[in-house]
Amino acid sequence: MDSPATYFHWGFILISVPNLVVIGGMIVLFAIALVAPFPHSEEGDDGHDK
Amino acid sequence: MATTNSVASNPKSWTLRLRKAIDRHLPMDHLLPDRQPYYVGSWVYVFGVVTIAALVWVVVSGVVLSFMGPQWWHDSRLGRFFNSLHFWSVQLFFIFMVLHLWGQYFMAGWRSGRAATWMIGVVIFAVSILTAFTGYLSQQNFDSQFIAINAKDAMNAAGAGAFFNVLNFGQMYGLHVMLLPIGVTILVVIHIVMVRTRGVVKPIDPEGSSRSHGEASDFVGIKGSVK
Repeated sequence: MDSPATYFHWGFILISVPNLVVIGGMIVLFAIALVAPFPHSEEGDDGHDK
Repeated sequence: MATTNSVASNPKSWTLRLRKAIDRHLPMDHLLPDRQPYYVGSWVYVFGVVTIAALVWVVVSGVVLSFMGPQWWHDSRLGRFFNSLHFWSVQLFFIFMVLHLWGQYFMAGWRSGRAATWMIGVVIFAVSILTAFTGYLSQQNFDSQFIAINAKDAMNAAGAGAFFNVLNFGQMYGLHVMLLPIGVTILVVIHIVMVRTRGVVKPIDPEGSSRSHGEASDFVGIKGSVK
C-alpha cells in the first residue's frame, strides 16, 4: 500500500495502473447500464408508448 | 380574514407573485413525480441519483469529521473509519458524476431549453474538484503537505497565490468544510429543481421533436395514474 503505483506507459500516454483500472471499470459499468434490463412496474410495461 | 383576502388579491404582493410563479414553473407533480416517461426505464438514469446519494454520505461523514477534529480522525479506530467513509464516498461521488456526465453527453441532455441545467452541472463539477482539492490539503498528513508544497507554484504561476494560499491550512480547511460544500449543495439543489422543472430529456428523435416534456402517452408507473 505504501509503495509507489506502477505506471502504464504507451507513447505519450502515461497513467498509473490504479487510475487505469478505475477508468476501465467506469467504462464497463457504463456499458452494462446501457444494455442491462431495467425492472419495470407490474403493469407490464414493454418500453413503448402507451 | 378580510385582510388576508385583500392581500392575496393584491397583484403588487411579492409573496403572491412568487407563489404563483412557483405554481406555474414548478408544480408539485413535477417536483415529486410518481410516474416517469417510458424512456427513463434505463440504468443510465440512475447515475445522477447515485451521485446525490454519495453526496449525502460525503456531507454526513464530513460533518462528523469536522466536529471531532484531526486528532480523532487520525488516532482512533472510529475516526479512521469515518475518515475512510468520507474518502470513499467522495470517490463514488466523482465516479458516478462522471458516468452521469457521459450519459447526458451522449443523449445531448442540453436540448429543449436545458442548456442552463447542463451549464450548472459543469459548474458543479468544477466546484467539486476545488472542494476535493482543499480536502486533500486538509488531511493533516504528509500527503497533504506534499500536495501543498507542489501546488503552491502552480497557484502562484496562475496568479491565484495571493488570495488562494495552499500553504495556509486554516484557509484551505475553512473553504473545504464551509464555503465550498455549501456552494456544491446549493448548486446541486438548483440542478435538481431545473431537471424536475423541465422533465427528463427525450431520446434523440431522428424525425425531430420539439416536445420538452414527456406527453401523457409516454408515461408509465403507478397503477391507475393515467393522465
